[in-house]
Amino acid sequence: MADTGTMTKSLSATGRGRTIVLPRLVGGLKTLGSVLVTLLGLAALTFMIGRMLPIDPVLAVLGDNATQDAYDAMAAKMGLDQPLLVQFADYLWNILHFDFGNSLLSGRPVADEIARVFPATMELATLAMIIGTGIGVPLGVVAAVYRNSPIDHVARIVSLLGYSAPNFWLGLMGLVVFYSVLGIVGGPGRIDMIYEFDLQPVTGFFLIDSALAGKWDVFGNVLSHLILPALILALSALAYVSRMTRTFMIDQLEQEYVIAARAKGIGRWRIVWTHVFRNVAVQVITVVTLSYAFLLEGAVLTETVFAWPGFGRYMTNSLLSGDMNSVVGCTLVIGVIFVVLNLFCDILYRVIDPRTR
Amino acid sequence: MTDISSPPRSGSLGTWLRDPNPTSPLQARLHQSWRMWRKLRRNGSALLGLAILLVIALAALFAPLLATHDIFAQDLGNRLALPSGEHWFGTDELGRDIYSRLLYGARITLYIAGLTAVISAPIGLLVGAVSGYFGGWVDTVMMRVTEIFLAFPSLVLALAFVSALGPGINNAIIAISLTAWPPIARLARAETLIIRRSDYISAVRLQGASALRIIARHVVPMCLPSVIARVTLNMASIILSAAGLGFLGLGAQPPSPEWGAMLSSARQFILSNGFVAAAPGMAILLTSIAFNLVGDGLRDVLDPRHD
Repeated sequence: MADTGTMTKSLSATGRGRTIVLPRLVGGLKTLGSVLVTLLGLAALTFMIGRMLPIDPVLAVLGDNATQDAYDAMAAKMGLDQPLLVQFADYLWNILHFDFGNSLLSGRPVADEIARVFPATMELATLAMIIGTGIGVPLGVVAAVYRNSPIDHVARIVSLLGYSAPNFWLGLMGLVVFYSVLGIVGGPGRIDMIYEFDLQPVTGFFLIDSALAGKWDVFGNVLSHLILPALILALSALAYVSRMTRTFMIDQLEQEYVIAARAKGIGRWRIVWTHVFRNVAVQVITVVTLSYAFLLEGAVLTETVFAWPGFGRYMTNSLLSGDMNSVVGCTLVIGVIFVVLNLFCDILYRVIDPRTR
Repeated sequence: MTDISSPPRSGSLGTWLRDPNPTSPLQARLHQSWRMWRKLRRNGSALLGLAILLVIALAALFAPLLATHDIFAQDLGNRLALPSGEHWFGTDELGRDIYSRLLYGARITLYIAGLTAVISAPIGLLVGAVSGYFGGWVDTVMMRVTEIFLAFPSLVLALAFVSALGPGINNAIIAISLTAWPPIARLARAETLIIRRSDYISAVRLQGASALRIIARHVVPMCLPSVIARVTLNMASIILSAAGLGFLGLGAQPPSPEWGAMLSSARQFILSNGFVAAAPGMAILLTSIAFNLVGDGLRDVLDPRHD
């Protein structure tokens, strides 16, 4: 990576125009190549996890008393008599066609099941990201401007809590306080039972679906269920986003152009938002994007606490019942999402930030 | 250690420690530690974290003396009791004393965190140092593998490993270790890339030292400070992962007093008896905060490059 950087610099330094295209193309191809290798690695790792099982998958299907003939026939049918490399090639072929095998529990294709539960997680994580960013970015900016002031200390404590608190415990305590004692939020689940059949799934996002249908009582009910898990999930994003925003801002606030702008008589907040923040905006967007990936991870535990019928709960249920196809499928999907989000950030840097050119 | 040749010549231990001209490697090393401690001492939040960790470690060490009840003794007539003089943090769903269980739970938590650090730090350090020192295709291959591990969110990867290995505390430790080494490897590599260009490395190489010797004796010790700071920070997330696995029923198994497992069994009674979950969660939170505070402080002291 360091090599491409110096190459780009030396090439663009020698000439203008044409020379800018070539290094960027080479850089882009290199990134694409490394992403492909990473994806292949993801496939290999999940393949190995699927094969690490202490249980014999053939016996799991046939039972312990299977005859040798039946065993061999089943092994051949499952492709287990092939060399590992051939099995891996088959696996690759299948996942390229979104075929993660069938769930051992329900017998349905894992890909279908993941597609079915994913909107619930997306809705939760998206709202959490909106809350986390909406509070985290301004908090980080203000903390950087008023460094070592009380508000900076508050920001520090909030982010320390966000980093340190087990979100499943916050979920449990949140349910006790806000649902059981105060009764101001909905309980576990996405929606009250009586509304469940009132809603025509269009996008799979219940908030949007109910708003589209104009059913505001359903909307309110959905929101009352969504708000607590979203707030708790948002805390970790808030911690990360505010901390990183603060660091980026402090770095920029120490630059000389800030002093120059002050000397010109531009107001403090005008400098902060129009000059300084614009310089860190790309970095902040990167952090927000990455925090979205971490929210999907945090959702695994939060969903378990709130009986949220999403991806995380699906994965843990599959885990507990030893449904290996589903577990491997889920792991792969999350890994691919991570890689894609990272790639997105990388492209964003290349396209938006002129300093990387 | 035969080099303890210089006892305090005149004056106290303090002057010996502050002596600008150390006469033995030991004195130089202690001198260094003394300066770091003085720097750390000025950092109030790091000291607070250190104090919390000390309390937790003492609680774990002296759990048998401090516990007021047998942690497995059930008292079904007195289940889910509120905190009282008899049971300081109340009793759980089987009438077991929560306070005593928390003390023993500290042992398990520190055991998991410690063992994970002992497994993952050397792996990460070795991969990073070798990768950074040799460069070229060794670096490419090793960093590619590291990136593949980093491409998964650590909890999801740990879940997948545990599901393949089977639930249990030792498998949880293996699974978490497998996800904890890549960030350390990346850090150690970055450090090594700077170190390997130093003059003293060239000097050692000119003396004919082998690559193995250079890495083990001259590169790794220089990476250690920032790795230690990083591992301390990682402890916080390791503890959260371990508790999360315990909560999901994939880590420590009941009746183990592991904090996450305690929360898991308390969960069914939470809406009627919220306090059952309060104490174990607070314990996890405090431990994780303490590691974060100490890790931040150590990073400021040990890693001058980090801002």
